[in-house]
Amino acid sequence: MTLRSALRGWLYVTPLLLVLVPFFVAPILVVLAASFMETDGFGGIIPTFTLANYAGVFTAPLTFNLYLETIKFTLFTWAFSAFIGFWIAYFLVFHVRNQLIAIGLFLVCTVPFWTSNIIRMISWIPLLGKEGLVNSTLIGIGVIDQPLEFLLFSSFAVIVAYVHQLTIFMVVPIFNAMARIDKRLIEAARDNGASRFDVVRLLVLPLSKSGIALGSIFVLSIVMGDFFVVKVMSGGGSASVVGAFYEDIAVLQYPPAAASAIVLTTALMLLVALILRTVDIRKEIAR
Amino acid sequence: MTAQPLAVPLRRGGGIARPARRPWTFYVLATAFALYVLGLYGPMVCIYILSFQDIRGGLVFPMKGLSLHWFVDLFTQARTGDVKGSFDRSIRLAVVVTVITVVVSFMAGLAFRRRFPGDTAVFYLMIGSLVAPGLVLGIGVGLGFTFLGLEASWYTSALGAQLSWTLPFGVLVMFAVMSRFNTAWDEAARDLGATPWQTIRLVMIPILAPGLVAVALFGFTLSYDEFARSLQTAGPLNTLPLEIWSMTLNVTSPSLYALGTVTTVLSFLIIGASLGAIVLLQRRRARRRPAG
Repeated sequence: MTLRSALRGWLYVTPLLLVLVPFFVAPILVVLAASFMETDGFGGIIPTFTLANYAGVFTAPLTFNLYLETIKFTLFTWAFSAFIGFWIAYFLVFHVRNQLIAIGLFLVCTVPFWTSNIIRMISWIPLLGKEGLVNSTLIGIGVIDQPLEFLLFSSFAVIVAYVHQLTIFMVVPIFNAMARIDKRLIEAARDNGASRFDVVRLLVLPLSKSGIALGSIFVLSIVMGDFFVVKVMSGGGSASVVGAFYEDIAVLQYPPAAASAIVLTTALMLLVALILRTVDIRKEIAR
Repeated sequence: MTAQPLAVPLRRGGGIARPARRPWTFYVLATAFALYVLGLYGPMVCIYILSFQDIRGGLVFPMKGLSLHWFVDLFTQARTGDVKGSFDRSIRLAVVVTVITVVVSFMAGLAFRRRFPGDTAVFYLMIGSLVAPGLVLGIGVGLGFTFLGLEASWYTSALGAQLSWTLPFGVLVMFAVMSRFNTAWDEAARDLGATPWQTIRLVMIPILAPGLVAVALFGFTLSYDEFARSLQTAGPLNTLPLEIWSMTLNVTSPSLYALGTVTTVLSFLIIGASLGAIVLLQRRRARRRPAG
C-alpha cells in the first residue's frame, strides 16, 4: 500500500470524522466525565471525582428491575420480529416467482420505515383502546362481554408497538441474505430427498444467519435505547433503563443519569460486539 | 438498513424452476404476508380516517361526522403548540441534513473502496455511532454545548446529533451501492486521460445517481422523523417529532391524528419523489445503452 492511497483514504473520510468526533466520540466522553462528578442539586455539576453515582446505580434495587423489564421487552421484540421477518423474507425470495412483483412487495414492506415512528405508535390507540376497534368488534360478535383491559397501556401494547416498528429491520437484511442463496443448491437438496422443512432448517436458516445477525443488531440497539414507546404504550405501568435516566434529567440530576447511561451503553456495545464476532458486516454489505 | 430496495441483487431466471403447481406452504405464507401488510398499514389508516371527523370527534371509532375541523384546529389553536413553526424548522433541518449526508456519505464511500490503514477503526466508530442510544448522545451533546458556553439550537447541536445517526445509514447504503460499481470503469476513464475530479463528475456520479437519491431519501426521512437525539439538543424551539411527542402527552383530541396525517402525507411525497427519480434515472440509462 502506498502512502498516497493511504492519504487519499483518510482525505475522503475526513468529513465523516469531522461529524463523528464532535457528535459521537465527544458526547460519550462528556457523559463519561459527568458520571464521575457530583451534582449541586440545581442542574449544575461539581467537577470532582466520585464513584458514588455508579455505587448508586449498582446498589439500587430499582436498577435490577429496570434492566429486567428492558431485557424482557428486548427479548420478546427480538423473537417476534426475527420470526416474522424470517418468514416474510422467505416468502418474498422463494415463493414469489415474478421478480418485479417481489421487489414491489418488498417496497410495500419498507415504506413505513420512512414515516414517523411516533405516529405509527399512537396509531394503535384507536385500535387497542378500551373502546377501540378490537374490543368493540369482539364484544359485537359476542366473544367477550367486558372490554379486554390488557390491550392498551400494558406490556402487551409495548411489544405490539415495537414489533410493528422494528420487523422491517429484520426483513431487509434477511431478504438480502436469502436473495444471494443459489437456487440450484435448494434444488439439489430437494432432488436428494430433503423435505421442504429440511431445506429451511439445514440450508436457508444457516445461510441467512448474517442477515439475522444484522437485523438483531438494529432491533436490540433500538429497543434498549428507547424510552418513549415504553412510556406511552405502557401508560406508566412499565419503565425502561433509558426512561429512568430521562426522568433524572428532567429534574436536572445529570451525574446519576450519566452513570446509568454509561452502564447501559457499555452493556449494549458489548452485546453488539458479540454479535459482530459472528458476522463480518462490512463484507456482508459490500457483497 | 443495508439495502435500499433497488440495490437488491437481481434474481435471474426468477424463482425456483419447479413444476407450476404451488406448494401448500405458498398459500400459508401468502396469507401470513397479507396479514403482516394489514398489520403494518391498518393502524395508520385508522388514524388518517379518524383525523377527518368533525368537532364532535373523539380518539376512537365510530367516526363522528366528516370535516377538516381538526386540521384547521391544528394550525390555529395555541393549545396545540407551534405546529407551523416546528414543521418549517423540521423541513429546513432535513434539507440541510440531506445535503450533508449525501456529500459526506459519497466521499466516505469513495474512501472505503480501497483499504487504508485505520479503515476498520473508522468503520466501527461509525457502527458505534449508529447503535449508541440516541438519548445518551443527546445528553452528551447538550452538556458539551453548555460546558463550552454555546447555546443549543436546532440548527447547530441538533443538526450535529442528527448527522451522527443519518451518516452511518448513508455510508452503509453507499457501501451496497459502491459494491456494484465496477472499478474497471473509472480505471478506463483515467486511462483515457480524465483527471480524478472529471472521473468522479463525469463517470461515477452519473452511474451512481440512483444510489445517491436513495442516500438522500434516508437522510431526509431519518432527520425529519428523528426524535431521541433531538430531544436534549434542539434548544428552545421544537422540531416536528418533538412537537408530536409533547402532543401525545397532553392533547387528547383528533388534532393529534390530523398532525399524523399531515406529516405522513409529506413523508409519502418524499418517498414517491425519490422512487420516481430513481426509476427515471434508470430508464434514461437503459435508453442510452447502445443496442446489442
